[in-house]
Amino acid sequence: MKTVFKRTPTLKDCKTHYCPGCGHGIAHRLVAEIIDELDIRDRTIGIAPVGCAVLAYDYFDIDMVEVAHGRPPAVATGMKRTNPDKIIFSYQGDGDLASIGAAEILHAGHRGEQITVIFINNAVYGMTGGQMAPTTMLEQVTATTPKGRTAAEQGYPLQVSELLATLPGTIYIERCALNNVAGVRKTKKAIKHAFELQLEGAEGMSLVEVLSPCPTYWRMSPAKAMEWIESNMMKVFPLGRLKG
Amino acid sequence: MNPVADSTRNRNMTEEGQVSKGAGKRILMCGNEALAEAAILAGCDAYFGYPITPQNEIPAYMSRRMPEEGRIFVQTESELAAINMVFGASATGKRAMTSSSSPGISLMQEGISYLSGAELPAVVVNIMRGGPGLGNIAPSQADYFQATRGGGHGDYRTIVLGPSGVQEMVDCIPLAFDLADQYRMTVMVLADGILGQMMEPVVLEKKPGRELPAKTWALTGAKGRKQNIVRSLWLPEGVLEELNNKLRDKYKQIAQNEVLCEQYEIEDADIILVAYGFSARIVRSAVSRAREEGIKAGWIRPITLWPFPTEQVSKAADEFRIFLVVEMSNGQMVEDVRLAVNGKSPVLFHGRPGGGIPTVDEIFDLIRQLTLKPKT
Repeated sequence: MKTVFKRTPTLKDCKTHYCPGCGHGIAHRLVAEIIDELDIRDRTIGIAPVGCAVLAYDYFDIDMVEVAHGRPPAVATGMKRTNPDKIIFSYQGDGDLASIGAAEILHAGHRGEQITVIFINNAVYGMTGGQMAPTTMLEQVTATTPKGRTAAEQGYPLQVSELLATLPGTIYIERCALNNVAGVRKTKKAIKHAFELQLEGAEGMSLVEVLSPCPTYWRMSPAKAMEWIESNMMKVFPLGRLKG
Repeated sequence: MNPVADSTRNRNMTEEGQVSKGAGKRILMCGNEALAEAAILAGCDAYFGYPITPQNEIPAYMSRRMPEEGRIFVQTESELAAINMVFGASATGKRAMTSSSSPGISLMQEGISYLSGAELPAVVVNIMRGGPGLGNIAPSQADYFQATRGGGHGDYRTIVLGPSGVQEMVDCIPLAFDLADQYRMTVMVLADGILGQMMEPVVLEKKPGRELPAKTWALTGAKGRKQNIVRSLWLPEGVLEELNNKLRDKYKQIAQNEVLCEQYEIEDADIILVAYGFSARIVRSAVSRAREEGIKAGWIRPITLWPFPTEQVSKAADEFRIFLVVEMSNGQMVEDVRLAVNGKSPVLFHGRPGGGIPTVDEIFDLIRQLTLKPKT
């Protein structure tokens, strides 16, 4: 029998704790495949956030660190500055990156840190039970917006990638989505480019925002969640290359 | 500190050549700059810091000297970022440090707790100022509780060194790095605005350090080995309890092996003063004057504030004498003295909070009053 698809070595052979239909599994596989394709496993250090991906080191077979909520870009700065030959990436959710870690990502980008950031945007806090994130859609019902988010009370969904793209220190920012096969392939291409830039020593920060489904806290089936990305999220978070 | 004086000092330094190169010479330096140069001599790979008075000479000095040495200096966006950059550099096995003053150290407590959970070495310098809140920029010893009780959330300790002069600020830095590496934990240097700002003659030289275990846990890219993970989250039942017990055993070992303190004429003393850092210098003068006047006074100066010299203080309290604790606060270390004395002798306190500095006169008067013999 011919093998047409197999697990990439950097992804451990184990079950994950992610919910059915969660996008983290796909995003993890893409990052692991890229690390193997670029043959950088032995010089890569990954940074896990606080959030659903906190246990990412249980799934990636690389050197990894788990850090305080929102601080991955600062930790990445400390690592990359002292280890310019290493490939440093942070893997962060919307609560980690866009809320509590807004200052850290802004200033890492501002300083032009030569790091790669994978930003998973699923418009909700997953790990703590489905509370509002800065990226939550207007009218979206969450554990802390029981009547739906309103602009007057909670503000508009925060477009962090657009914000970061205005900084001279960022060299590549692209928003992708995991809502279908084509989207997954595009996401992989973008993340790979972000890693390649760091490998080349390009001067600045690269970030890929990934619109990712959270069927559990969107309260819908995995299939419906994939549709919801396109029908709702993409209207506020349009896909495409914002920089570089 | 006015910027003119500052730049003059830097110019003099440059004319003299690099301090590292002129090692072993007796030179005049302010505490903050001397401490910074000591860190360079001790092999500090990276310094991360955010401006705050009265420690601004440290980042300014590092911004010039670290690049000269081919090492890393980053002015961070906040103290949160600074301590997390230390976390990042340390996780890869590098020697990293940060410095700040009281309000900034409060912000760093999150990171110090994570460093403690992840068992990462770090050196953190606190040049204390008056508090609470924004307080003032005057020297203070009001962060003793915060420093010696861990400071952040969770069951942990940091080793705390309390230098009392510029030379000791220099000497405690290589020790801080060695202790941090040996025990894989945060070592805090707890000084105050006077020590940071005042100039004293110092000798800066590279001394051989401790023999240290290899950092096999460091994140270097999993080349030819299994992955290394640096973490502080332990969800399965009992695992975190186990980690906490491991930390407890480590702290016990430190308390047994690493206590440093200085004692002066306590054998025949009727009164023993206990003070650390700058207060200890004032106490030293007051006790010398008391001795000149025939009063049997002595002093104990803890150098490690955690671990506290409990045994030394307890032993001194075996015979009945008066203990007088002097601090630039409203009474923090006095609690450790009371715990050590454990009711065997009376423990009194004299403090000046909020940037107040006790004078030799006021301490001497207290010594005299407390040792007055009733007339017969």
